[in-house]
Amino acid sequence: MALDHDRGGVGASAPEFILDRRDAVPALVGRHEDFLIVSGLAGTSRDVAALTGDGAHTYTMAGAMGGACMIGLGLALARPDRRVLVVTGDGELLMNVGALATIAVMNPPNLAIVCVDNGHYGETGYQKSHTSLGVDLERVAAGFGIKASRAISSENELADGARLLSDGNGTAFVLLRVKPTDPPAFKRNMDPSACRNLFRTALLGAG
Amino acid sequence: MALLAGADLGGARGVLLMQSSGTGNCVNMLSLIKGGRFPFLTLISMRGDFGEGNPWQFPMGQAVQPVLEAMGVICLRIDRPEEVVPTVGAALTMVFQSGHAVAVLLTQKLLGAKLF
Repeated sequence: MALDHDRGGVGASAPEFILDRRDAVPALVGRHEDFLIVSGLAGTSRDVAALTGDGAHTYTMAGAMGGACMIGLGLALARPDRRVLVVTGDGELLMNVGALATIAVMNPPNLAIVCVDNGHYGETGYQKSHTSLGVDLERVAAGFGIKASRAISSENELADGARLLSDGNGTAFVLLRVKPTDPPAFKRNMDPSACRNLFRTALLGAG
Repeated sequence: MALLAGADLGGARGVLLMQSSGTGNCVNMLSLIKGGRFPFLTLISMRGDFGEGNPWQFPMGQAVQPVLEAMGVICLRIDRPEEVVPTVGAALTMVFQSGHAVAVLLTQKLLGAKLF
């Protein structure tokens, strides 16, 4: 399957959208086993499924757009003993960006959010999103009051972002700008109920 | 709604309190509740029904029950104070024992209507 193709150069023409998500997401997340992970729609769910082998410590979404960050918040509040990582895209986050306001107010120390920002709605055909047109979601997150936030657009910033995700003392937000190329091909379990049961059984035990 | 789904993934329980207008803002998120078969309980204070004085409240208020039912949520309406405790108790069983999605509608017959 041909995967590595830029989409008309629209997002790629912006100098800050240069990282390849297939390298940058694994480098940023690091030891995925250390997190409970919630992912957004097709792109980030494939990033996460490929990284973790569709692990039972992940809940990957393929619909209910806009829900990823709030699922992460609920999970972080329910499990203060575990670190929770949300990996979502610019489009999914924009769908319910007000979630960041609630998250900033609650500020659970065990929650980290990565927004993989390719400036496009990849799932529906790579139409430009607002972040290709000037919206800066890292400044939005900071404006909502999330104190630990970074925008990352080059390799030498990844290590700092990774530290923020794993060591944060409050909710962390990392905007990871990437070029608009396809995420890894990965056939993950897309049954939301089966995935709920797998996740809860792995975390909470049977019954 | 999504927060409660996340809480369930972590083994915790919660209840969503909202006004009827809010129902319209989270219809698609019921895809998560229904598809994932998450236990879900919401208590909804109604506008746009019995005695409502604000015409803007009617479109969503009147659509709450059919919209929720279309997304697979069982609706229990409460009109009288003595029904509140047993109905919420019944809803808790339906949600956290049977795993269903239930909305308890606190009607304006119960709460009183705003006249403006």
